[in-house]
Amino acid sequence: MTALPAFGPALPEIFMAISALVLLLVGVFRNDEDSTLITCLTVAVMVAAGVMVYRGTGNAVTFNHLFVVNGFTVFAKILTLMGAAITLFLINDWARGAKVGRFELPLIVLFATIGMMLMISANDLIALYVGLELQSLSLYVLAAYQRDNIRATEAGVKYFVLGALASGLLLYGSSLVYGYGGTTSFEGLATAIKSGPNTIGAMIGVIFVIAGLAFKVSAVPFHMWTPDVYEGAPTPITAFFSVAPKIAGLCLFLRVLVGPFAPMIEQWQQVIILISILSMIWGSIAAIAQTNVKRLMAYSSIGHVGYALIGLVVGNEEGARGLLFYMLIYMFMNAGTFAVILSMRRKGRYVEEISDLAGLSKTNPGMALALAALMFSMAGIPPLAGFLGKFYIFMAAVNAGFVYLAVAGLLASVVGAYYYLRLIKLMYFDEPAEAFDPPGLTAGIIMAGSSVLMLVLFVIPAPLVNGAEAAARALFLG
Amino acid sequence: MNDADAASGFLTIGLSHYLTVSAILFTLGIFGIFLNRKNLIVIMMSIELMLLAVNINFVAFSSFLHDLVGQVFTMLVLTVAAAEAAIGLAIVVVFYRTRRSIEVEDINQMKG
Repeated sequence: MTALPAFGPALPEIFMAISALVLLLVGVFRNDEDSTLITCLTVAVMVAAGVMVYRGTGNAVTFNHLFVVNGFTVFAKILTLMGAAITLFLINDWARGAKVGRFELPLIVLFATIGMMLMISANDLIALYVGLELQSLSLYVLAAYQRDNIRATEAGVKYFVLGALASGLLLYGSSLVYGYGGTTSFEGLATAIKSGPNTIGAMIGVIFVIAGLAFKVSAVPFHMWTPDVYEGAPTPITAFFSVAPKIAGLCLFLRVLVGPFAPMIEQWQQVIILISILSMIWGSIAAIAQTNVKRLMAYSSIGHVGYALIGLVVGNEEGARGLLFYMLIYMFMNAGTFAVILSMRRKGRYVEEISDLAGLSKTNPGMALALAALMFSMAGIPPLAGFLGKFYIFMAAVNAGFVYLAVAGLLASVVGAYYYLRLIKLMYFDEPAEAFDPPGLTAGIIMAGSSVLMLVLFVIPAPLVNGAEAAARALFLG
Repeated sequence: MNDADAASGFLTIGLSHYLTVSAILFTLGIFGIFLNRKNLIVIMMSIELMLLAVNINFVAFSSFLHDLVGQVFTMLVLTVAAAEAAIGLAIVVVFYRTRRSIEVEDINQMKG
């Protein structure tokens, strides 16, 4: 008879899972078409889980070394929960307007979030896989949520097929790593790889794992699903896709590569350098030709992942700090931008062409100002927080001797600035198109809040940078 | 390979044989997804093929290493594969309802 594992460190996840089941029952018994109540309860669960994560048990490893909690996981989980909670409000707003509100919708988001938290805390290839699949399966369903819409279902099909392929690659890699390392636990792998010769088999396994994870964070050359899924899925769900899974995916990427595979840094560094440069460049160039705002955002997020991956290439504390801080700013920028896209409505119908934004400064100056601030921030122009995000990443690269990466990043962001600034030019200098409906309260608050935050974070970034630094330090302490 | 087998001339099936089979199956699965121009059900089958190839790998390594973790992993992969197939088929059904087809060449509403 073995003793029970310590449940304390996993309390937030356990709490979320039980709440999700209870809320499912509540939804079934109430059986109404409006998801507002369940959405509010889901957000409350996320906030409570966030508090539990924050006040948690400190450093701990439990469930037979499958699950780990430290400063890094706390930071990453709170970031993920924030991203999920903010987009939940957008999702509910949309679902009520489009009359597709059902109680399952916020709950699928909740299940996906549990999956993300599990994968952030994974300390074993098995836990990693199960967490990742819980997230991915929920996301496939979300993409096809609007099931009478041909583009949404097509997005679901594409996301499912390519996502399943990615899981297959990741699993095949895990099986090779297990075979050559002799264990699936992260600590065990770190020692096995360090002591043993770097066998070619384990190396191929690591490359497969990297390919699988790159798929999930949509880095070039594994990005082909992103534009289609972003365009086809309902807008607020796209907002969720572009925020929470990206954060969780990149944090997992970081944990896997600097944890168990750290002794192989020379091998994986070359791969990540290539992925990072390709993502930055392709994200900037392909976006230029887009006419659909959501496709534009898809390429923009591919580019942002490229910048964040620079922090991973560096592979030290400074790089991890840069990556975390970048993702934090990225989260607010994207949530705000999607709040604007969600407000692009004429007579109750959603429009998503870039040309629909023409002359927005005359028809709705507040929204134009918010979008302009967010676009300047995405382009990385001071005095907005997006500049700081890029600054910390590039500084980390330069300090570690990867000057050419910083140069490539700068060049890509100059090209990228073109399409961000093109939106601003459209809004401020072109003939006004027909006015949009006035934005909803939630969307208004989110877009105003995030654009103000861009300015505030530029002036006083210290608390968050310190938080990211503490998290990065915890990551490298193990 | 022990001496009795070697002397009798029989081929002993070792780890590398299992790995080769699984690598071939895995490659077939990937080719099935990318080269298949027929319909979505074939793609679903290819995905299953990939996951089963991984399972062969895990079980072979597990028996070779005398370590049970690989087999535990296999059970989990099987379970998740079942869930994945259920969700995949559900998505294919809703796609069929809107498009009246599951041909791969009809998945063309968006370029990309």
